[in-house]
Amino acid sequence: MRTRTNWPAMIFLIVGALFILFPIYMAIAVAVKSPQELAQSVLGFPSHIHWDNFRQAMSITHYWHTFGNSLLITFFAVVLTVLSNSMVAYAIARNMHTPLFKGIYYYFFAAMFVPFPILMLPLVHQMSSIGLANRVGLIILYIVYGISFNVFVYIGYLKSIPLELEEAALVDGASRWRIFWQIVFPLLGPMNATVAILTGLWAWNDFMLPLVMLSDPNQYTLPLVQYAFQSQYSTNYDLAFASYLLALLPMIIVYLLFQRWIVSNVTKGAIK
Amino acid sequence: MRLLKSVRRSWPYLLMTIPALVLFFYFHTWPALHGIFLSFTNWNGFGPYHFIGLKNYVDLFHDHQVLHAYGFTFLFAFVTTVLVNVVSLLIALALNARIKLPNTFKAIFFLPYVLSTLIVSFIFNYLFSNVIPDVATQLHLTALSQNLLGTRWAWVGIVIVSVWQGAAFNTLLYLAGLQTIPDDVYEASSIDGASPWMTFWRITLPLIAPFLTINMVLAAKNYLQVFDQVVGMTNGGPGTATQSVSFVIYTNGLGGGELSYQSANAVVFLIVLVIVALAQVRLMQGREVQL
Repeated sequence: MRTRTNWPAMIFLIVGALFILFPIYMAIAVAVKSPQELAQSVLGFPSHIHWDNFRQAMSITHYWHTFGNSLLITFFAVVLTVLSNSMVAYAIARNMHTPLFKGIYYYFFAAMFVPFPILMLPLVHQMSSIGLANRVGLIILYIVYGISFNVFVYIGYLKSIPLELEEAALVDGASRWRIFWQIVFPLLGPMNATVAILTGLWAWNDFMLPLVMLSDPNQYTLPLVQYAFQSQYSTNYDLAFASYLLALLPMIIVYLLFQRWIVSNVTKGAIK
Repeated sequence: MRLLKSVRRSWPYLLMTIPALVLFFYFHTWPALHGIFLSFTNWNGFGPYHFIGLKNYVDLFHDHQVLHAYGFTFLFAFVTTVLVNVVSLLIALALNARIKLPNTFKAIFFLPYVLSTLIVSFIFNYLFSNVIPDVATQLHLTALSQNLLGTRWAWVGIVIVSVWQGAAFNTLLYLAGLQTIPDDVYEASSIDGASPWMTFWRITLPLIAPFLTINMVLAAKNYLQVFDQVVGMTNGGPGTATQSVSFVIYTNGLGGGELSYQSANAVVFLIVLVIVALAQVRLMQGREVQL
């Protein structure tokens, strides 16, 4: 019955896709030009690509070093979040009938509605007074702040894992820890992927937490460096855009490689 | 004896939870409580301080910059939330129709979600300040030949960049919702002679209403806290026209020596956000239908 292509929908999607792709095209077109070429035409493509913009942008932003900061923070935030948050969610999910754990669940859930600005100002003082206004402190905050949302999605999924497996292991004398790490954690695979992707995107792209937490420019992340060096580019848009593209590129590459996997896992997390 | 047994049984569970609970309290709840405490003082980051009761709160209501920030934030959040949801529902409906290359389109529409909001805002900033005026001048469209971000319509630019990026995630949610509706529901409705328009209003929309509720609540919560887009597009300008509440708390609280005063602002902001979320859930409830 519905076998023919729906052309109005197709046309709408094509127009929408152009609207999405245009700013990205423009960013590339600006980044590969010399200032003279940019003055002549913003959107045209130059006869030869001006690679020098990228080289200069890399040296201004200490690209590899900054990239390393972003990678380090994102990597540890993702790995430690998946390992710790899944465990917390498991303990809560298996004890939701007790008032204590139910209370803990609602405590984490309610925290989702607390806006960051209310803790931002005291947090900055607190973190610098204990010497954690740095990359390590940032990683800790991503892991801890993620708990609210992650426990929520993990518990939705944990309800679908049958208890029989765990009971059988318990009868065989396995401890709770072994049951979690050897039986439950592997079964959480799809949710671990979802949580890893969402945490990774958050830590990689975040601007506000690095802005308030990192005092040493040596520890700046890719988005923060674009902000901090805005004044250095002034009107050298070609240079600024080369730098923006370099900052966006790692995530675009990851997305192109794992696009289907990312989209399906984010959907799973979202509808739980 | 029974108590001892139950403690022993739940001991591993407690060990799994308590460290996280302590850390969460220390890094999240404690600074929040500290912020509420500070809002009743005149502390500005160092030295001694005094309790000044509700003075900060009273002052807030006479502060034009703060009141204006709430006005802008509400206008922006309302328009953006509605637009993001309308646009993403339309895209989701189109993606759910019989189309060619569905996965390619899905990949393109989700792409903005993986990009840094700050950098995307820098790119749109250039688009509004240079590209659009240039093109408009060449086409003799005087209305568009000046930088939108320098006019009183600057907030529209921030709405556009937010919709461009924000539609990605909500599209995915709506698409997931649409795919839970079985085909025979549509078939039955077309046999009964319903027009596509009626099918949408009477069948599709009520059935995806739970997704609509979640999307509206999440979008409103995110856009009321708008920050990155403001920094990247206008830095609050022209003047203070596009300063959002988060932006004011950050700039005046950390840089402007108004620590306790902006803490009071943040407390008011928390109350406002909770009220908005509760009101939305209330409004949307009862409009949902289950198969």
